[in-house]
Amino acid sequence: MWEQIRDNQVRSTILVTAMGILLIMVGSLLGQALLGDWSFGLVISLLIWLIMTLIAYFQGDSILLSLSGAKKIGPDDLPRLYNVVEEMKIASGLEKMPDVYIIDDPALNAFATGRDKNKTSVAVTAGLLQRLNRDELQGVLGHEMAHIKNRDVMLMAICSVLLGTIVILAWYGTRFLFWGGLGGSRRGSSSGGGYAQIIILIVAVVLMILAPIMAQLIYLAISRKREYLADSSSALYTRYPEGLASALEKIAASTEQMKSVNNATAPMYIINPFRKKEQVAEDLTSTHPPISERIRILRAMAGNVSFAAYNSAYNQVHKGGGGIMPGSALSETAQIPEKEIRVQAISADTIDAKNERARETSEVLWGLNDYRSVTCKCGTKFKMPPDFFSDTFQCPHCGAINRI
Amino acid sequence: MALIIGLVIIGIIVVLLLVFAGTYNGLVGARNQVKNAWAQIDVQLKRRHDLIPNLTETVKGYMKHERETLEAVTNARSLAIKAVDGGVAAQSKAEGELSQALSRLMAVVESYPDLKANQNFLALQEELTSTENKIGFSRQFYNDSVLKYNNQTQMFPSNIVASMAGFKPGEFFEVTAADEREAPKVSFS
Repeated sequence: MWEQIRDNQVRSTILVTAMGILLIMVGSLLGQALLGDWSFGLVISLLIWLIMTLIAYFQGDSILLSLSGAKKIGPDDLPRLYNVVEEMKIASGLEKMPDVYIIDDPALNAFATGRDKNKTSVAVTAGLLQRLNRDELQGVLGHEMAHIKNRDVMLMAICSVLLGTIVILAWYGTRFLFWGGLGGSRRGSSSGGGYAQIIILIVAVVLMILAPIMAQLIYLAISRKREYLADSSSALYTRYPEGLASALEKIAASTEQMKSVNNATAPMYIINPFRKKEQVAEDLTSTHPPISERIRILRAMAGNVSFAAYNSAYNQVHKGGGGIMPGSALSETAQIPEKEIRVQAISADTIDAKNERARETSEVLWGLNDYRSVTCKCGTKFKMPPDFFSDTFQCPHCGAINRI
Repeated sequence: MALIIGLVIIGIIVVLLLVFAGTYNGLVGARNQVKNAWAQIDVQLKRRHDLIPNLTETVKGYMKHERETLEAVTNARSLAIKAVDGGVAAQSKAEGELSQALSRLMAVVESYPDLKANQNFLALQEELTSTENKIGFSRQFYNDSVLKYNNQTQMFPSNIVASMAGFKPGEFFEVTAADEREAPKVSFS
């Protein structure tokens, strides 16, 4: 039931190869356009590909985590989050506990990354921690754990670095072509063969513009299906689809935008982090299926959390759809009831609980950002930034001078 | 001609052997996962046993009038520890009673606002809630593993290998006492 989702693997190989070919095309065309030498560009791009793939394998996860500004936490920093991750680790039957990261960002989002089953990480934003109750958090982390269990993370780490390379090559390539490349073409025309050089230049410019879009589209070809699969796995792990549905609803209603994302990291998040400011996330996503649809499917599962139930819920939402789950997943038991009694009841989301979550989250963030806590003798608590210029400061309440 | 027929027969035998080996290894893997999943439940139960002395120690100072409730938890814990080696049925009965005693204690906590403001207690409460969840999830994963393994031992063609090599179907974990079905929800917050 758990890890036999293997028929994505052929597809994955094709995806990676296609991106590699695109990278080679971009590289060799750039070589021809800038230096007048195909093979040189080809060799360079192959080298970059090799290096990038190695980096992706050994460093991909840490690059992604640092790009998104994630900070690692231990079990004692934020027990609630750490415990929920561990609960989902147990439910999914994963052997090793993933590292847990927090992203200091008010937007609501989460992602998982890693290269194999032994070295994985999950990251959630501070906004998510503040806004979601325990059941909802469980749903979201179940989704991320499914990405790890289904090995989506390994593929995504490699692909997003490839995509990132193409994006960077194309970005700098276009600029070189416009500024340096024009000089090169003049040199080329003085030595003859000017037309060919111009045609190559035009092709190069077109490719530079199209390549990132194409790479993104290849990425899309696979990421949507994996999102559905992760959603249904989350329902299976938590035995409670409503948790994830309600979390997605909150995430969709939020208008905050992620601060630090780029094209390469976008598809890793639970919802697409690129949203216009003040625009609601609903149905604008491209790397992900529309949120509203994901919620409708989860809510149509009607007390049965098996893959087969998810599949028929999908068909119900898409009138006459052909199903979304791989055949191998459907041959398993069709009837797995939702938990009769929740492991813990949905906590009524009281104001107190919300405040407590906000306090808890900001406390962790202060600590992670190296702020020092100072308590004045009048009882006022201060958080002093790490780069505070002075050794002492005056308390605005009682006027006493405090040392840091 | 005879050579070709002979080669074909040898080829078929080799293929059959390979399929047999593959299926056999798959069954062993699934059975090991069942064993491992069972061990994981024990890890979480042990964690709960370890948490309880801390909890009763913290709670004691605040609860002057709840000596019986506290003693019930302590007793249920020592019975549960004794039952660890006493077979599946005895163990799940003892653990079920411990769950009940704990949930009674946690219900009583509601009337002690001072206790609910104690950071140490809140941390313990989080640990206990989560441990209850982990027990639930590890049982769930155990049952999922058993289901997967049993499917393999019963479905064609792996059932042939299973019956030849003597793979017996696994036992599902079931909550025995009827009242425990309602009890394990130690809900705070």
